[in-house]
Amino acid sequence: MTKYERLQPWLRQAPRGGARKLGSGPAFSHELPAAPSRRDVLKAGALVVGFSFAGLPRAQTAAAGAGRTLALTEVDAFLAVRKDGSVVVYSGKVDLGTGHRIAMRQIVGEELSLPVDRIDLVEGDSALTPNQGPTAGSSGVMRGGMELRQAAATAREGLLVMGAQRLNQPVAGLSLVNGMVLAGDGGKVTVADLLGERSFNLKMNPKAALKDPAQYTLVGQSLARPDIPAKVTGQHVYVHDFTLPGMLHGRVVRPPSVGAKVLAVDEASVGRLPGVRVVRRIDFVGVVGSDEWAVLRAARELKVQWSDNAALVTSEAVVDWARRGPFLAEETLVNKGDASRLVALAASPDAIRATYVWPIQSHGSIGPSCAVADVRADGATVWTASQASHRMVSSCAAALDLPRDKVRAIYLDGAGCYGMNGHDDATVEAAMLSQAVGQPVRVQWSREDELGWDPKGPPQLLELRGTLAADGRIDAWETEMWLPRATANLEWVPLLSPLAAGLKQPVGQSTGLVTQNGDPSYPAVAVKVSVHWLGAAPLRPSNIRAPGKVANCFAVESFVDELAAKAKMDPLQFRLRDLANPRGREVLERTAKLMRWAARPSPQAASKARIASGRGIAYIHYKHNETFVAVGMEVEVDRDSGQIMVKRITCAHDCGLMINPNAVRAQVEGNILQTLSRTLFEETTFDRSRVTSVNWASYPLLRFTDVPLLDIDLVERRNEPPLGAGEAASSPVPAALANAVFDATGVRLRTVPFTRERVKAALG
Amino acid sequence: MASYPLSVNGTTTAVEAWDPDMPLLYALRNSLGLHAAKFGCGLGQCGACTVLLDNLPTRSCLLKVSDAVGRRITTAEGLGTPDKPHAVQAAFIAEQAAQCGYCTNGMVMSVVGLLARSPKPTREQAQGALAGNLCRCGSHDRVLKAVARASGQGRA
Repeated sequence: MTKYERLQPWLRQAPRGGARKLGSGPAFSHELPAAPSRRDVLKAGALVVGFSFAGLPRAQTAAAGAGRTLALTEVDAFLAVRKDGSVVVYSGKVDLGTGHRIAMRQIVGEELSLPVDRIDLVEGDSALTPNQGPTAGSSGVMRGGMELRQAAATAREGLLVMGAQRLNQPVAGLSLVNGMVLAGDGGKVTVADLLGERSFNLKMNPKAALKDPAQYTLVGQSLARPDIPAKVTGQHVYVHDFTLPGMLHGRVVRPPSVGAKVLAVDEASVGRLPGVRVVRRIDFVGVVGSDEWAVLRAARELKVQWSDNAALVTSEAVVDWARRGPFLAEETLVNKGDASRLVALAASPDAIRATYVWPIQSHGSIGPSCAVADVRADGATVWTASQASHRMVSSCAAALDLPRDKVRAIYLDGAGCYGMNGHDDATVEAAMLSQAVGQPVRVQWSREDELGWDPKGPPQLLELRGTLAADGRIDAWETEMWLPRATANLEWVPLLSPLAAGLKQPVGQSTGLVTQNGDPSYPAVAVKVSVHWLGAAPLRPSNIRAPGKVANCFAVESFVDELAAKAKMDPLQFRLRDLANPRGREVLERTAKLMRWAARPSPQAASKARIASGRGIAYIHYKHNETFVAVGMEVEVDRDSGQIMVKRITCAHDCGLMINPNAVRAQVEGNILQTLSRTLFEETTFDRSRVTSVNWASYPLLRFTDVPLLDIDLVERRNEPPLGAGEAASSPVPAALANAVFDATGVRLRTVPFTRERVKAALG
Repeated sequence: MASYPLSVNGTTTAVEAWDPDMPLLYALRNSLGLHAAKFGCGLGQCGACTVLLDNLPTRSCLLKVSDAVGRRITTAEGLGTPDKPHAVQAAFIAEQAAQCGYCTNGMVMSVVGLLARSPKPTREQAQGALAGNLCRCGSHDRVLKAVARASGQGRA
C-alpha cells in the first residue's frame, strides 16, 4: 500500500486501459465491499476502510451496523479500537471539501496521543456513524468535532483505568502515548491488548479531562489533507465516479414550467435510443438505461406533453411580492434600549432610511447533483453527497415505502456543498428509479437541472432606519426584514420527484436561521429588529452558506457606513469608537493595518478620473456569539463601463482554537471569493413559468481573471474554544465591497448583484 | 455500434459507441474507467472536463468521440499518481490547492497546457489561461500559487 493510500482510504485501484463493455463500469480491486459493515471496518486492519467493491452482499444494507450503538451518549458510537491498536473514528459530520477529514483525526489523535496515520475515519454512514446532525451552520468542528473530542477524552480516561487494573498501578501515574498505556515503573500495555475489537462500554463523560492546549502536538498544525493527492490525479472517488455491478444510468425529465402536469408521454420518441426505458409515476418522468449518453439524449428527446403553468412571480417582481404579503406572522426579534428613541426615529426628518435587496441565488455547485441507489425488496442503500446522511434515510424511506431501518445512506464526496443543494433530490430520484427497474441506478443532474431546480437561497428585503445623537453616536436603529419563514421542525425539505409522483412529503419550507445579525455589533441608545414572515417563497428555498447573515451583514454594515458618512467620520473609527468586544476590535484593527488604512471620512473627494479607487471595511461577530471577522476591500470602479475591479481583499479572522490553520485559511479564502462572486454577479432569474438562468452564461460566476490579491491574517487563540470557519467570513464581504465603491464614487449600492449595468446606472 | 480506437495516456484502446457524436467525456469515464475528467455543464463553459488533445487543453464534453480518433489524449491520470505526481499536480498538492476538488483536474490540465506554451507565466497570464475553468469553493488563489510554484517562480 502506498503512502497516499494509507492516508486516503477512498483511493481506488483503477485499472488502466482495456476496453470494457459499456455500462459495466471499471473492475476495481478491493479490500472491502462498497457498503462495509462495522465488522468489515474493524477486521480490515488499519487504514484500508475503502469504498471499492466486490459486489454488494445482500446483508449489507441497513443491518450492517447491527450491534453497533449510534447513541450520542456512548463512546462506542464515535470510536473503536482495532486489534492492531489503530483507531476508527465514526463521524456523523462529513468533509464536503473542507478538510474535516484531517481535522477530525487531529482532534481525536490529540486526545488519544495517537498519530493521524493510525486513525481511520468513517463519515456520514447512517448504519455506522451517529447522527450528529447535518454538516451545516459551520458546526463541523465546533460541535461535531467537540463531540469527538469528548468521546476521545472519555476513551482516554477509560483506557487509563483499564491499564491501571492490568498493570496494578494507580491511574494517576499512568499516561497514554502512541497506543500504549505507560506506567512510571516502566510497565506498559498496548491499547490493542486492553481493548482490541471490544467495545469501550463507556458513557460519554462531558467532564472527562481534556489535554492542556500547551501540550498540543497535532491540534494547531497545518497537516496536509489526505484527499488532495487523489483529487489532483483523478483517483478520488466522488459519488459521480462510484459504480456498482449492473448499475444503470438515470435522468429525470424536468417539466418546462414549475408545477406542470404530464398530459402524455410518447415512449416511441426515444425508441431508437439503445436500451432506454421510460419510468413514469404521475408527473414524475425518468429515463433509465445502461448507456449514459443514450439516457442523456433520451432525457432531452423524450416527447412529453405537459400542461402549461405560469404561477411564478418573476424575478423582477420579487421585491413587490415580498412587500405585498400575505404574512404568516409579524415578529420582533430585538427590542432594547430607550423605546422613546425609536418613536423619535419614526418621526425624525433627519433619519437615514435605506432599502437593501438580496436576490435569490443558486448553490452553483460545479458538479451537478448526483447519487447512486441500490433498492431491493429487503432494503435499500444509497450513496449520497448530501450534507445530511441520516436525513436522507428518512426521505428515501418515505419515497420507497420502506421502514427507516431498511435504508442505509452512505456519504461520498460530491462537488462543493454550501447548504442543501440538489443532492437530496438526486438521491431520492436514484432510489425511486432503482426501485422502479430493480437494478442499481445512478442519477446525475444536468447543468440546467442544477441551476434551474436546486433549492435556492431565499430572497431578502431589508429596510433600515437610523438616527445619530448630537455627539455622532448611534441614537436609534431599526431593521425591518421581509423573509420566507422556515417551517419549525420540518423533517426535510419537500423533494421534487416524490411530489411529482404524488408521494407524501412534509409540508413547509426551509431557509436556515436567516434573521441573525440583523442588529449592529455597535451600541445604540435603542435598537429594534423586526420581521414580516412570508409563508411562501418565489422558488423552493433552502439554506445557503451563512444563511441570511450575508444579506443581513450587507445591510447592517453598509448602513453603519451610511451613518458614519452622515457623521462625517472615518468608517473605521466610527466602528471602533464604541465597539467593546476586544476580539472584535482586534480583527478590525488587524484588517486596517493590513490595508494601511488612512483615516478619513468616505467618500473620497470627488474626481473626474475615469477610474475611481476606494477602500471599505466591514465586520461581523457571527451570530453575535461565534467567529469574529473583518474584511477590507480595495477597489477600482470604471465610471464608463460600471465595472468594479477588486484589487485586494484583506481579512482578519478569529475563530478561536484552529485545529488546522491551513484548512481554516482555505475556508476563509473560499468564503471571501464565493461571496465576492455572489455579490458581483449572481442572481437566479425566472419568468412566470421557469428559471431562466440555467447555465454559466446566464448565471455567471467569478472567474480567475476577477480574482484579487488576498491577504488573510488568522488570529491564534489556542486557549479558546474552536468556532466555525465555514461561513462567517462570507458575511462581511458584500458590505466591505459596497463601502469601498461608495468611498471611490460616492454612490451607494444597495441591491445585489453589483452588475456593470446596475453600477453604471447608479453612477448616472 | 461502431468502434473508435482512442489513444489515451499512451495506450490505444478500441472504444465502442453507438453514436459517433457521443462526447469523448463519456468514453473516458464509462468505457475506460478514467474519472479525472468530470461532467460539469456539458456546454464547454466550466472546464471540469478538460483533457489534453495533442497537448492542447480541450473540453471533452464537446469533442465528439469520432473526432478524437487519431489524436493524442491525455487525462490527469496520465500525468501522474498520488505517489508520483506530475510537477503541476505536485504543486497543487503542496499548495493544498483544492477544496471539493471537482474542478481541479480541469485546472491541472489547463495549467499543463499553459506551461507548455509559456514556461514562466505571470499571474495575469495564469489568470487568463484559467479564465475558462470555474471554481465554486474559492480555491483560485491557491491555484495561482500552484502555477507559480510549478513554474519555479513561487515557494519551493
